[in-house]
Amino acid sequence: MKNNVLLEVKDLVVRYETDDGVVQALNSVSLSLQQGRILGVVGETGAGKTTLAKAIMQLIPTPPGVIASGSVFFDGQDLLTFSKQHMRSVRGQQISMIFQDPMTSLNPVMFVGEQIMEVIRSHNPEMKKSEARAKAGEMLEMVGIPAERAVEYPHQFSGGMKQRVIIAIALACNPKLLIADEPTTALDVTIQAQVLDMIRELKQKLDTSIILITHDLGVVAQNCDDVAILYAGEIIEHGSLRDIFKAHQHPYTEGLFKSIPSLASKAQRLEPIKGLMPDPTNLPSGCKFSDRCQHTKPECRDQMPPFVDVGGGHWVRCVLAGKGGVG
Amino acid sequence: MYRYILKRLLLMVPVLLGVTFIVFFILALTPGDPALNVLGEGATPEAIAQTRIEMGLDQPIIIRYFRYLGGLLRGDMGVSYRNKIDVASMVIERFPATAVLAVAGIFIALLIGIPTGIISATRQYSGLDYASTVLSLIGVAMPNFWFGLLMVLIFSLNLGWLPSQGMGEGFVPLLRSLVLPALTLGTGSAATIVRMTRSSMLEVIRQDYISTARSKGIAEGQVISRHMMRNALIPIITAVGLQFGHLLGGAMLTETVFSWPGLGRLMVDSIKSKDIPLVLGSVVFLAVMFSVVNLLVDIIYAFVDPRIKSQFQRK
Amino acid sequence: MKMHMNHLPQTQTRKQRSLWQDAWRRFKKNKLAVISALFILLLSLIAISTIVIDLTTGNSFYRQYVIKQNLRGKLDAPSAAHLFGQDEFGRDVLLRMIWGVRYSLFMGILAIVFSTLVGGFIGAISGYYAKLDNVLMRFMDILLAIPSMLLATAIVAALGPGLVNVLVAIGIAYIPTFARTLRASVLTVKEQEYIEAARAVGADDFRIITKYILPNAMAPLIVQSTLGVAGALLSIAGLSFLGLGIQPPTPEWGSMLSNARTYIRDAWHITVIPGLGIMLTILALNLVGDGLRDALDPKLKS
Repeated sequence: MKNNVLLEVKDLVVRYETDDGVVQALNSVSLSLQQGRILGVVGETGAGKTTLAKAIMQLIPTPPGVIASGSVFFDGQDLLTFSKQHMRSVRGQQISMIFQDPMTSLNPVMFVGEQIMEVIRSHNPEMKKSEARAKAGEMLEMVGIPAERAVEYPHQFSGGMKQRVIIAIALACNPKLLIADEPTTALDVTIQAQVLDMIRELKQKLDTSIILITHDLGVVAQNCDDVAILYAGEIIEHGSLRDIFKAHQHPYTEGLFKSIPSLASKAQRLEPIKGLMPDPTNLPSGCKFSDRCQHTKPECRDQMPPFVDVGGGHWVRCVLAGKGGVG
Repeated sequence: MYRYILKRLLLMVPVLLGVTFIVFFILALTPGDPALNVLGEGATPEAIAQTRIEMGLDQPIIIRYFRYLGGLLRGDMGVSYRNKIDVASMVIERFPATAVLAVAGIFIALLIGIPTGIISATRQYSGLDYASTVLSLIGVAMPNFWFGLLMVLIFSLNLGWLPSQGMGEGFVPLLRSLVLPALTLGTGSAATIVRMTRSSMLEVIRQDYISTARSKGIAEGQVISRHMMRNALIPIITAVGLQFGHLLGGAMLTETVFSWPGLGRLMVDSIKSKDIPLVLGSVVFLAVMFSVVNLLVDIIYAFVDPRIKSQFQRK
Repeated sequence: MKMHMNHLPQTQTRKQRSLWQDAWRRFKKNKLAVISALFILLLSLIAISTIVIDLTTGNSFYRQYVIKQNLRGKLDAPSAAHLFGQDEFGRDVLLRMIWGVRYSLFMGILAIVFSTLVGGFIGAISGYYAKLDNVLMRFMDILLAIPSMLLATAIVAALGPGLVNVLVAIGIAYIPTFARTLRASVLTVKEQEYIEAARAVGADDFRIITKYILPNAMAPLIVQSTLGVAGALLSIAGLSFLGLGIQPPTPEWGSMLSNARTYIRDAWHITVIPGLGIMLTILALNLVGDGLRDALDPKLKS
C-alpha cells in the first residue's frame, strides 16, 4: 500500500451567493486520497458532492460561486493558488473528471473521435493531427468501442457507450487523478456493472487514482478502497472500506446502512432516517446532523465536533467517536 | 440527402398552391368590375359583357384560379390595368432592387446581431450585455419606417453624407445609396437576432457538455467557438429564414421612405391605383420567394445539424 | 411509526397561494414591466377620455382643435402654447397625438381580440379533435407561409383603405399565431393523465375544455396577446404610413408620419414625435409581455 498522498483537501469552504440567499455548499471539507487507491465519496442528493468535485477541478462558476477558504493540495501544490492558465494545463492532463449524465455530456455536433482528439492535442501541441487521431482511436478501442466509430456523432451511441467515450476522453492524457461524479447513476443496472468494471480495469492499466462520487453503497462496496461520508457540505466520517462498512461510528453513517435492505438479515421494515437534510441557505449551528440524530446532546449544537482519530486512518466527526460510537 | 431535398420540394408544392389560391381569392373579392377597369369608362355594356366572358369572370372562382395558375406556370401574370404592360415583366424588372435590399438587410442584421448576441451571453450581466439588451429592446420596438426617416434626417439632410432617395447606378453610387435603406431594413431584424442568439447561447452555456469541454482544460476561446457557437447558432438558421419574411414585408415601407425602385413600392402604388393584376402578381411573387427562401434554409439546416444529416446518410 | 415533528429542522411554512397570486407577486418585482404597464394604463385612460369628450361634445372639440386647419401656425416648432408644435396644417401636434392614441392602441387591441377569439377557437378544436387537426393546421401553415405584413396588405388592397378594413386585415393575419398557441396548450393538457381520470368519472367534452384546458391555456395566451397588440399596432401604423390604412385627417400616428415626409427638411418635430409615440407604446407593450411571460412561467426564465 503506497502511503503517498496524492490529493489532500483541507477545510474547504465553498458557497454560492445568489439572489435567493447564500447557499453554504461546502463547510470545511477535509479529505485525502492516497496514490493508487479508489476513494468513494458517499452522500445524498444535495450534500455537496458535485460542488466538491468541481471545486477540486476549479470549475465552479465564479459569479455566484465563491471559494471562501481552504486548500486543495495536489501532488504537494495548492491548486487554489494556481493561475487560470496553469489550472487549465492541469485539467484533462493531470486531473480529469467525468460527469453524471452521459446523455448530455458530449457535444452533439462534434465527432466523438474529435472530442477525444481535442483533449490530446490541447495538452500535446507538438503532436501531429494524424498521431492524435491514432491515439484517439486507441482510446476508443481501450474502452471497447471499434476505432472506426470515431467519425460518428454522440447520438448514434447508446447511453453506456456514451459514458465509455467520456471515460476515453478523461483518460486520454493519462491523468494521475480521475474524479468520477456518479458515473453510473443514469445508466441501467447491467450497464453500470460493465462501466465500473472497465473503470477499475483502466485504473490498473494506467495507474490512475480515483475519487468515485456516489450515493449507492453497493457501488462503494464493490469498487472502493477508502470511503468518505459527506453530509450537508461536510465530511463527517472517513476511513478504509472495512472501517466504514464494519465499524462505522457516526450516527448518520449508521442511519445510512440501516436504510438499505439486506438479504442477510430478516427485517420487518426499513428504518429510514427521520427528517430532511437542512436547507443549505439556512444551516443550523454546530453539528448539522443533530436535528435528526437519535443520540444528540446539547453540546452538539454549540460547535462543530472536531475530527477524532479512532485509529488506523479512521476519522469520525462526532462527540461520540471513540467511545464505542453507535456501530 | 437528395431524398430530403426532394421530400421538402414536394411538401412545398401544396403550400405554394394554397398560398397562391388564398392571395388570388382575397384579391378576387375586390369590389368593382375588372372588365370595366380594363376597358375604361365609356365602354358599352356589350363590350363589357364580352370582355367579362373573355376574362372568364362568369366562371366560379376555382376555375378562375386554375386559369390564373396555368398562366403563372407559363410565366404569364396577366396585364396591368393601367398601362397594359405584361405584369410578369414588370415584376421581374423591379424584383432585383428588392432582392439587393433584402440581402443587404439580412447581411447587416447578421453582422450586427450574431456577434453582439454571443458577446452578451458570454459576458452576461456585464455593461456590454446590459447595453445590448437595451438597444435590442429599442430596436425591436422601433418602426422601421420611422427609423428610416430619422436616418434621412440625420445622415442625408443634416450631415449630407449619404443620398436619401433612389438607387444609384454604378458600383460606388449603388453602395452609397444602399447604406441607409439596408440599415433601416436590417436593424429591426438585427435586434431580434441579438435576442435570439443571446438566449440560444445562454441555453447552450448551461449544458453539461460545456462542463465536459472545460474539464478538458482547453482554452476558453475554443470552448466558445467549437462547443458553444456551433450548437447555439443552429436554431438561429431557421430564425433567419423567418426574419426574411419580415424583411419582405418591411421592404415595402423602406422602399417607400427611400424611393427605392423595388417590388414593394410597385405593389403599394398598384394598390393605390387599384391595378389588381399587378397587385396580385407582386404579392404572389413575394410570397413564393418567401417559401423558396425557407426551403433553402431548411436544407442548410439539415446539412448543418448532424442529428438530421445522419438520418439521411447512407451507411 | 410516529414522525417526531419537533425534531424536524425549522423550515419556512409556505402559504397556499394560487398560481395567479404567485404570478402577480413575481410581476410586481419586475420594475420595468410595472412602469410599462402603468404607461399603457395611462394611454388607455387618455384614449378613453378622448372618446368621452367626443361623445359629450358631439365631436365639436375634435373638429375644432384636431382637424381644423390653421395655416398661420404652419409647421411651428414646439413652444409654450403648443408643447409639441404645430403640423403642416397648423394643427396642434400634442392634441393630435392625444387623439391618435385610440387609433394605435385600441385598434391594436381590437384586432388582437378578434384574432384571439377566432384563432383560439380554431386552435382549441384543432388540438382537441384530432380529425380536424390536420386540415385546420394545413390551412394555418398556408396562412403562415405568407409574411403577415404582405397578407394584411393584400386584404387591405382588396377591401380598400379605412379603419374597419385595416382591423379585419390585421385580425386575419394574426389568426394563425393564436391558433398555434391554443393548439399547443390544448395538446399539452390533453396528454396529461388527469384528463383520462376526468373522463373516467364521466366528465363530458365541454366540462373538460372549460375546467381543465382553458385555465392552462390562459397564461401563454395572455403573453401572446400582449405581444400581438404590439405587432398589430406596428402593422396599423405601417399600413397607414403607406396610405393604405387609416386616412388623413384622422390623427393616426403612422399617417401623421407619412404627411411629415414632405416637410422633413423644415420641421423635425412632426417626424420625430409621432414615431416616438409609436415606439414607446410598442416598447411598453413588449416589456409588459416579457414581464408577464417571466411571471407566469418562471421556469422559462433561468
